[in-house]
Amino acid sequence: MSTAEGALSVPRTGARARGEDYLTRERGFLSWALTLDHKRIGVLYLFSILAAFLLGGVLALLVRTELLTPRETIVGPDTYNKLFTLHGAVMIFLFIIPGIPAALGNFALPLMLGAKDVAFPRLNLFSYWLYVLGALFEVAAIVTGGVDTGWTFYTPYSTTTNTSVVATTLGAFILGFSSIFTGLNFIVTIHKLRPQGMTWFRMPLFLWGLYGTAVIQVLATPVLGITLLLLIVERLLGVGIFDPALGGDPVLFQHFFWFYSHPAVYIMILPAMGVISELVPTFSRKRIFGYRFIAYSSIAIAVLGFLVWGHHMFTSGQSGMASMVFSALTFSVAIPSAIKVFNWLATMYKGSIRLDTPMLYALSFILLFAIGGLTGLHLGTLATDVHLHDTYFVVAHFHYTMMGGNVMALLGGLHFWWPKMFGRMYSERWGRIAATIVFLGFNVTFLSQFLLGSLGMPRRYYNYADEFQPLHATSTYGSYLMAVGFAIAAGALIHSLFRGRPAPANPWGANSLEWHTPSPPPWDNFPETPAVEDPYDYSQLVYEPSVGGYVKKTAPAGAGS
Amino acid sequence: MSRAASDPRARPARLQHHFESLEQQSESGKLGMWIFLATEILLFGGLFCAYAVYRANHPEVFVYAHRYLDKVLGGVNTVVLLTSSLTMAWAVRCAQLGKARGMSALLALTLLGGLGFMGIKFVEYEAKWKHGLLWGKRFQPALHEEARSGQDPGPPAADREPQRSSRSPDPGVERSTVPPSARGPRGTVPAEVARQRAAYARRDEPPRNVQVFFGIYFLMTGLHALHVLAGMGAIGWVLVRGLRGAFGPAYYLPVDLVGLYWHLVDLIWIFLFPLLYLVH
Repeated sequence: MSTAEGALSVPRTGARARGEDYLTRERGFLSWALTLDHKRIGVLYLFSILAAFLLGGVLALLVRTELLTPRETIVGPDTYNKLFTLHGAVMIFLFIIPGIPAALGNFALPLMLGAKDVAFPRLNLFSYWLYVLGALFEVAAIVTGGVDTGWTFYTPYSTTTNTSVVATTLGAFILGFSSIFTGLNFIVTIHKLRPQGMTWFRMPLFLWGLYGTAVIQVLATPVLGITLLLLIVERLLGVGIFDPALGGDPVLFQHFFWFYSHPAVYIMILPAMGVISELVPTFSRKRIFGYRFIAYSSIAIAVLGFLVWGHHMFTSGQSGMASMVFSALTFSVAIPSAIKVFNWLATMYKGSIRLDTPMLYALSFILLFAIGGLTGLHLGTLATDVHLHDTYFVVAHFHYTMMGGNVMALLGGLHFWWPKMFGRMYSERWGRIAATIVFLGFNVTFLSQFLLGSLGMPRRYYNYADEFQPLHATSTYGSYLMAVGFAIAAGALIHSLFRGRPAPANPWGANSLEWHTPSPPPWDNFPETPAVEDPYDYSQLVYEPSVGGYVKKTAPAGAGS
Repeated sequence: MSRAASDPRARPARLQHHFESLEQQSESGKLGMWIFLATEILLFGGLFCAYAVYRANHPEVFVYAHRYLDKVLGGVNTVVLLTSSLTMAWAVRCAQLGKARGMSALLALTLLGGLGFMGIKFVEYEAKWKHGLLWGKRFQPALHEEARSGQDPGPPAADREPQRSSRSPDPGVERSTVPPSARGPRGTVPAEVARQRAAYARRDEPPRNVQVFFGIYFLMTGLHALHVLAGMGAIGWVLVRGLRGAFGPAYYLPVDLVGLYWHLVDLIWIFLFPLLYLVH
């Protein structure tokens, strides 16, 4: 991508000399591998998580292809078990959890604050290399025979199976620390590096989302760390904490695991909600509605997320009382989630909505997340959960929230910040086509799984009764359609790196601080210390055709931001 | 680059480029360290949870098995670690006042404390290893029985005897004319529970699943020992930097942060010692 950078610094992005932006100031492998610059680390993360997404996606396509027929289609049962386990582990630990915070967050957070970097740049780099190390462990696990426990590593099966559980869990353990350090960095950055005048309630809402995420990352991930450590010593030394034969308790593992992994789904959704809170007002040309409610609801979700882990264990022999409490708490999470959705809708109401690619993903997010969230209530209800537990209904539910939620927001945010990251505009037409295909493919894939689940199709099964085949086949064809959509999106973005029109400083007319600096930003982020403004006040911005983007009404055109 | 504030000549040498002032830098560092300490507490939190669950479900295991831990060595280790925390805090104070030599000496003493702790811990672990008092699969009570009948006292006999006779709290309660209350006044143990505990303490047969206690003991103290080692590494690092004259009254942030970490390691041990060694 660095071949065509010289042409980027045309005067329209604000009079920068050639090769002074962060992409071109230094060259060579080491200048990237050892960079302390948050923007470069964000870009490194971005390509790493997209590679993981590709790997996880291929695994998903293999799983779906196997399920095309009720009996063996392309792989045997053991391979199938490994495929869905690795699909889950790769997608969760390597893609979704680091996805928005580490890639988009690392890039955008200091820029949005008007800061020069995150608080601890070296820790940031260390966190990236921990991610790479963890990813290598995961890959090693795949190469040395895979793992077949499901991504949840439930004991006692995970302590007795002869597949590569230790490599996988050690990888997840290391990835956990990478995630902790990112979260720690973000919390300190938001606390200590806000400029004069940017109070908590003048921050862009993406930062509130990242802050809530970081709190969960810091407080929940260590528990996963110790859980996986216990699992590892259990396997290596036979400590017996989770082994009933030695006096241990396998359900304790489930408690520990979900104490992390339920908050972890909020690690996945909160930053996504933050991205949507940026996209919706920008593309509706209207101030965000209910700023404080959106901000507080991020924190409410982060707090409530810690109190609901037991709803994964309604059928694990938990006491009836505990199940009732967890069920009630689970319902309460719907309140802050719904507050956000209502506020986004109210923001769009009477706005002048522009259906650019990021907005299409944002609209997909709102619809899919609403479906995902509402079906969560079915699963949080004790009586219906007993019927739906461990069926495709659960699979469909969490794909609607995680993929329909996180991945749509990630793609929306990626298209939103792409011009800022690389200084290039992608093809709007192909971007929109891709977004539409992904949306359609997604619904074909997972709506049919809701039906399968409510008809009683258990998850993770290799063979199934013949009458399920039409729905399984529909789901599989939907996944192929989705793959086509992703391929088109990837093609449009990659094409833009080489042939894209140079991006203006502010292509969308957003007003948070990252749009007040040239695209791509210079090495130290801002030519001048930016003045803190209301990030959702769009009244001063007008479209300037000669620039191809938005400029301040009062400032003469050509003065950049 | 055009920012006046970022003129390198006007900035203190230790100030990183993205901070405005040393004060902001050190506040950020401290906040980061406190958050890191929170993650450490949650890391141990899982083990404390496991302890609580098994202790609540199987008190007899803990009452029986804790006698095989050496209270004297554990107590000495507590004192050693507490003292090293004192020298650490003192070293930070010296750094604040710019007393470089005092700081180095105190850091060296702290390091020595950590070394002493690990030495004593080694002696304890070795005894457990010899007697087969290990975790889960490695727990071999038969080995231990042999050791007890031999001259090597696995559970020191002197320690066990008094527990049988004078130490049990229930006789007094039993003789009382006041009927035992279902729930005793705050701070006392209900008679039923006290009697049961005394029964646990008196019995010679090991209850089932004694290995669970040793599993938890080794996990908790082992993870703690790893943290002591990490802390010693960090102390060694600031000691070397201090000897090279890196710190002064204006900049001693690393000493401060290592100090915070060392106090946490100390604090965790203060919880571990009574929970594991002083069960009753």
